[in-house]
Amino acid sequence: MVQSTTPTLTLKDYKSEVKPTWCPGCGDFGVLNATLRSMAALKLPVDQTVVVSGIGCSSRFPHFIRTFGFHSVHGRALPVAQGLKMARPDLTVIAVGGDGDFFSIGVGHLVHAALRNIDITAIVMDNETYGLTKGQTSPTSPHGHKTKSSPYGLLASQFNPVATALSLNVSFVARGYSARPKELAALIEQATLHRGFSFVHVLSPCPTFYNTFDAWDAAVAPLPEEHDPSNRLKALGYALDSEKQYIGLFYREERPTMESVAREVVAPREFRIEEYIQRYA
Amino acid sequence: MENEVTIRIGGESGEGTISGGDILALASARWGYHVFTFRTFPAEILGGPCLFQVRISDRPVKSMGDYADVLICLNKEAYDRNIGDLRRGGVLVYDPGDFTPESDDFITYAVPFNELARKEVQLFQTKNMVMLGAIAGLFGPPLEALLQVVESRLSKSRKANPILMEKNRLALDVAYRYVREKIEKRDPYQLGPVEKADRVVLNGNQAVVAGALAAGCGFFAGYPITPASDIMEALAKELPQVGGAFLQAEDEMAALAAVLGASFGGVRAMTATSGPGFSLMTELIGLASMAELPAVIVDAQRAGPSTGMPTKMEQADLSFALYGGHGDTPRLIVAPANVADCYTLMGLAFNMADRYQMPVIFLTDQSLTARVESVDRSVFQPFTIEGRLEYGKAASNGANGANGASSNGKHEAAAALAASFARYAYTASGISPMTVPGPGAIPYSATGLEHDEHGHPDYEPEDHTAMMQKRFRKLETAAQELPQPEPYGDSNAEIGLIGWGSTEGAIQEAVDRARAKGYKVASLHLRILSPLPDRALRNFISSVKTVIVPECNYSGQLANLLGARYGLQPIRVNKFGGIPFTAGEILRAIEEVC
Repeated sequence: MVQSTTPTLTLKDYKSEVKPTWCPGCGDFGVLNATLRSMAALKLPVDQTVVVSGIGCSSRFPHFIRTFGFHSVHGRALPVAQGLKMARPDLTVIAVGGDGDFFSIGVGHLVHAALRNIDITAIVMDNETYGLTKGQTSPTSPHGHKTKSSPYGLLASQFNPVATALSLNVSFVARGYSARPKELAALIEQATLHRGFSFVHVLSPCPTFYNTFDAWDAAVAPLPEEHDPSNRLKALGYALDSEKQYIGLFYREERPTMESVAREVVAPREFRIEEYIQRYA
Repeated sequence: MENEVTIRIGGESGEGTISGGDILALASARWGYHVFTFRTFPAEILGGPCLFQVRISDRPVKSMGDYADVLICLNKEAYDRNIGDLRRGGVLVYDPGDFTPESDDFITYAVPFNELARKEVQLFQTKNMVMLGAIAGLFGPPLEALLQVVESRLSKSRKANPILMEKNRLALDVAYRYVREKIEKRDPYQLGPVEKADRVVLNGNQAVVAGALAAGCGFFAGYPITPASDIMEALAKELPQVGGAFLQAEDEMAALAAVLGASFGGVRAMTATSGPGFSLMTELIGLASMAELPAVIVDAQRAGPSTGMPTKMEQADLSFALYGGHGDTPRLIVAPANVADCYTLMGLAFNMADRYQMPVIFLTDQSLTARVESVDRSVFQPFTIEGRLEYGKAASNGANGANGASSNGKHEAAAALAASFARYAYTASGISPMTVPGPGAIPYSATGLEHDEHGHPDYEPEDHTAMMQKRFRKLETAAQELPQPEPYGDSNAEIGLIGWGSTEGAIQEAVDRARAKGYKVASLHLRILSPLPDRALRNFISSVKTVIVPECNYSGQLANLLGARYGLQPIRVNKFGGIPFTAGEILRAIEEVC
């Protein structure tokens, strides 16, 4: 990451002229705020930072930020971001999206992002519902949840994002809450600085289709201060807690990243077709 | 004696039929001959019938040949399956331990392959070497030419050891001496010495890889699929050596998504797949077209639909390549006709992708992926690499291209430049200047949503109308700029054949043979299918009385396209069994019209 020499940057330096399309009170405002704040704190160069997203309310994100952006198709933010980072390791790459993107249509990509440990940051805005399509169930909706697509109550179990990320051995796992933007900004900042695949699960309520503000206000609790983020088993215990929604840094481990290892396997040289074709002579 | 022979080897997959054929082709080519191979094999690694055919000639070879002149049967099943394709009066080489042929239509030579391998060499795995030794003794190339190839192959193999090499040498020698001593030659096929030429010998997939590397491809992502996997495997090895990056994706959607990510980063990027994977990529092809990102997508067509026949050829993805996806989606389509094209057109494809900021679909097919041809070395020239139309880079101010630095003149100029940047600006050509992340670049957001000139989401009717027109205008620009094909054959032709893809050689050979019989025939072969080479097509269609469109698919996909575009009702010649056309089949179609 290229650090700026510019003295102070604020949130406004990263905000684009496009007004967010979200409903009033949407949790994603808090996440956007926290993200902009973390960018300013890190003095991320807008010309060398790319925010990649999929489809959904939260995936409009790149349009509201002054860095480069890539608003792709549903579920594919992670592979777009990984391809970009593999090809351009010099850039800061952040993938954003919602629970539909990351835990339903694109959940397969999460597994492989974890295995590769390419240095990108994923920020997942989880509202436990499909907001853009008006309130159907999502993988993180609770069992029994009644919606237009689950008129008799949701028959499936609830997906646990943090526990899944920990079980996949993602090298940086954190959770934040959109209503606590300061703490969230700090987590996103750490996640961006982490070398490897970092996963920030954000509780980001949808006041229009599934208002979980009160429930989460009551359930959210900071991880105990004594929690050691190198202890994955303990972290899993907190992630599996059925009462509390712990926020903070669950787990962190420094591991080699695929894009850097891939560039160390051989010493590159200039390609010359005359030389290359000789093998077929 | 004839300095041309088509040899077919029929055997069981896993007993060295294909590798033996490869050695025969390579040795003949290195000895100075032109070669052209065709092979089929089951999708399974071991077991199942497979065949290898090589046409060896002192003149350039365009197709695999109508019939085999020589059929080598490594078992009885190979005889049953292939005897129908042996020329009347051709040579049948068989193992008398397996069966005794009953027909008098052929010259027959009995060579006990199994017994020689078991008893004389005492290593049954050398059966294919025994076969090669017999071929050398009966028809050529010389034993030394084969031995050279075997030695160089084995030295690169993990199985390399002096004992195995010695056994191979013995096998070649034993069989060579056997046929020389025991068989009285009664056929006309004998490959004599020819002048050496500066050629290289490779297959379509290998040429695609060479083309990608020469075109400056810096990123590949893909998912294993027959018959495109060798492209992935080769680039996995080669890309790191030229400073590029490789990613084996978890599926084809991820593969093309990663390619688009890399392309957004300004790196030339590609994927390679076949039918089922190509289907999965459809949504992302639409994204590439909408976000105006360059990408090269190789589709090594195989027989469909669904899983179809993974190891058989078909030209049945043209309609899908042209129209696949929701919405009106401009895309470019390139189709190589031979191994040389697989190289040169990859260079063109990458330039087209960058120039028109569009996905380019590169339609090869199973027969071409595995077809080995001897190609003049001079074909493999470096490419002129065109860049993208990039918006003038603002003076870099460290962190923010247009923000955060002191208010000097440089900064104001940069700010003005940034303010006037419209990533998707309406232009006469349809091509808008873009930026690539990096110091000083002006940021924008690419999106699959309809957007205004600045890339901001916009659903206004006027905007969508103008943007659709702008995106499609790039195809019109491309149609003006891209090369037009030249007709082949009689300039006063009455019958015209129009083809595309790997069938060119068979079509041109049929044209040659028809003209030799006195027919007025010409052909036009399309290498770019989107946009269509309008001028050349209109001229050609209007210059002939009858148009024949031979293609290896059921529905006549090119014929349909020409019908829709030019109101043309051509005579359709369709073959869709999984095997390419022979020149003879196309010649018969011409003769039926005359």
